[in-house]
Amino acid sequence: MTEKTVSKVVTINNEQGLHLRPAELIARMANQFESNVELIKDSERVDGKSIINIVTLGATKGTQLRIEASGADAEQAIAALAELFDNEFLDTETAEQT
Amino acid sequence: MLILQGIPVSPGVAVAEAVVIDNEGFRIPRRFVSRDAVDDELSRLQSATDAVAADIASNRDAISKQLGEQYGAIFSAHLQMLRDPKLHAELEELIRDRHYCPEYAVSRTMRGYAKAFQELDDPYLAERAHDIFDLEKRLLRNLLGRRREELSHITTPVIVLAHNLTPSETANLDPQYVMGFGTEIGGAGGHTSIVAKGLEIPAVVGIGNFLTDVSGGDLIVVDGDSGRVIMQPDEETLAYYKHEAEEHRTFAERLETLRDLPAETTDGSRVYITANIEFPHEVNACMRRGADGIGLYRTEFLYLGADHEPSEEEHHDAYSKVVQEMDGRPVVIRTLDLGADKMGHLPLAEEEKNPFLGLRSIRLSLRNLPLFRVQLRAILRASAIGDVRIMFPLITTLHELRQAKMVLNDAMEDLEDEGVEFNRDIPTGMMVESPAAVVMIDKFLKEVDFISIGTNDLVQYSLAVDRSNNHVADLYQNGDPAVLRLLDTTIRSAKQANIPTSMCGQMSAGIDYTMLLLGLGLRRFSVPPSAVPEIKKICRSVAISQCEDITRRAMAMDSAREVDTFLREQLRQLVPDIMLHY
Repeated sequence: MTEKTVSKVVTINNEQGLHLRPAELIARMANQFESNVELIKDSERVDGKSIINIVTLGATKGTQLRIEASGADAEQAIAALAELFDNEFLDTETAEQT
Repeated sequence: MLILQGIPVSPGVAVAEAVVIDNEGFRIPRRFVSRDAVDDELSRLQSATDAVAADIASNRDAISKQLGEQYGAIFSAHLQMLRDPKLHAELEELIRDRHYCPEYAVSRTMRGYAKAFQELDDPYLAERAHDIFDLEKRLLRNLLGRRREELSHITTPVIVLAHNLTPSETANLDPQYVMGFGTEIGGAGGHTSIVAKGLEIPAVVGIGNFLTDVSGGDLIVVDGDSGRVIMQPDEETLAYYKHEAEEHRTFAERLETLRDLPAETTDGSRVYITANIEFPHEVNACMRRGADGIGLYRTEFLYLGADHEPSEEEHHDAYSKVVQEMDGRPVVIRTLDLGADKMGHLPLAEEEKNPFLGLRSIRLSLRNLPLFRVQLRAILRASAIGDVRIMFPLITTLHELRQAKMVLNDAMEDLEDEGVEFNRDIPTGMMVESPAAVVMIDKFLKEVDFISIGTNDLVQYSLAVDRSNNHVADLYQNGDPAVLRLLDTTIRSAKQANIPTSMCGQMSAGIDYTMLLLGLGLRRFSVPPSAVPEIKKICRSVAISQCEDITRRAMAMDSAREVDTFLREQLRQLVPDIMLHY
């Protein structure tokens, strides 16, 4: 199994920033992958599978984050998470079903 | 080390381990688990987590069905938090490596997260701390199950920390083990403070939010003199406070030498210093400190402590015990002063919008005559064995006073018919604690044998400040010039009418005000037993002429701040060796 690290910079576009609901979606999505997922804001680095950690980033609208995944399914993880950000976390129903 | 500032309400210093009482009144034990029990404890945590998760999931489903998916989302977030891998890693570490019991581990970890949330700049996110508290509570409720520990079960020395303690919760604290307490809300004049003072437990209230920063078992200092609560004190601070506690003892011992001396000014005016008590057992403290009697025997404890309405015999036992032990010294028994912030289990008024302006005190008694009669009969019966005086609280109109006296007369007639002994001439008085009573004082003075000024209510009603509301508690000022004028009118009129005037309430025990009150003509103080020696010390150090001069100058001032600063300075000059509580 190859240990790969993939990362991508995303911007928070939704009005309320990473409040409870988006954080929940991110954590839920991240937990579906085997790879470690981390969210990086400036020098802060938190576990993307921990909703509590994500909220404590206090990331507001306009903030740029780097998502980093490392593991076998790192690429898929980054793609799925980036999509959440792109959709401004609106696409809950689909997320629920995946 | 973290130093918090609150409002000091009961003097003294205490150092002990914290017991944190949450809003539901259960405490979080700081237990440690043995190495062999770690796995069991972890699986206990696991099943609690599962149970809470099932609970939240069914909430989510119910709400989603009722209101739509988006409303269920908050519960999804709670579920995600509950299952948070970081949270569980941390919990497991605390339990496995540090041997914390799951309750303590949960409380510590969740409070840490809540604090992190509260520190976020975004106010919406900061608010989410409540979600963390909610989860903490759910987990604890599940973990503790029926083993919730009650305050009354404390058996080692502790400091109690809570959001709020009701007067009855405070009354149930055991001074043997509860060394001190601190609460997030509350003001200087609240009844919780009165009870704390009565029990002589150092206490600080109105600290603001701090319970997130503390866990049960932490070492805490409560400084009831300065209003400081110190968490995780360093060595130096600890040493300081141990020294401070020692100073307190020494000063108390020095004051002790005054016990058998009269409270007499240097120019020969006799002052009477009586004590306020709440519980019969406080009589010992009064005697030990050389009080001239009981100037205020509060009777609410009879209603607050028990789970039933007290019988005439229960009243009578409580009264006659005190009267006997006071051995001929006067005992002023105040009739029921329930309502507002002191509620028993009585069928009281429905939720009131403004309880301090509501059905309380004498109003409550006059609306519940059977209950009032029971108390009056018991007081009258106790008057057969000593110098008992009866006092009605919160009299606002002449009509109320007359009504109360009529009920008292009826009770006397009944006892006469039954051939029961009592003092037909029992001195009957009223508390002056509403501005209306002061305005009409000349009329009242014709119908009473004595008055006692209750400054706590008088100040709050005249300044229109709820003393237990910490948004405005700082506006509650004993030294306000308006208050001084009300006192002046009352004391002067009573002197002219030749009616003895006493003062109970916080102001009479405030050492800053003693000289002012003497200057106004007050000769009877009623104070918590612990304050008797200090007030006596001041009386024995000053001359009335000096006090009159001080009063004249204070009365000309424009603000409470000016008055207070002036009085403090005068006290420092005239009685330099009094221990200043600042």
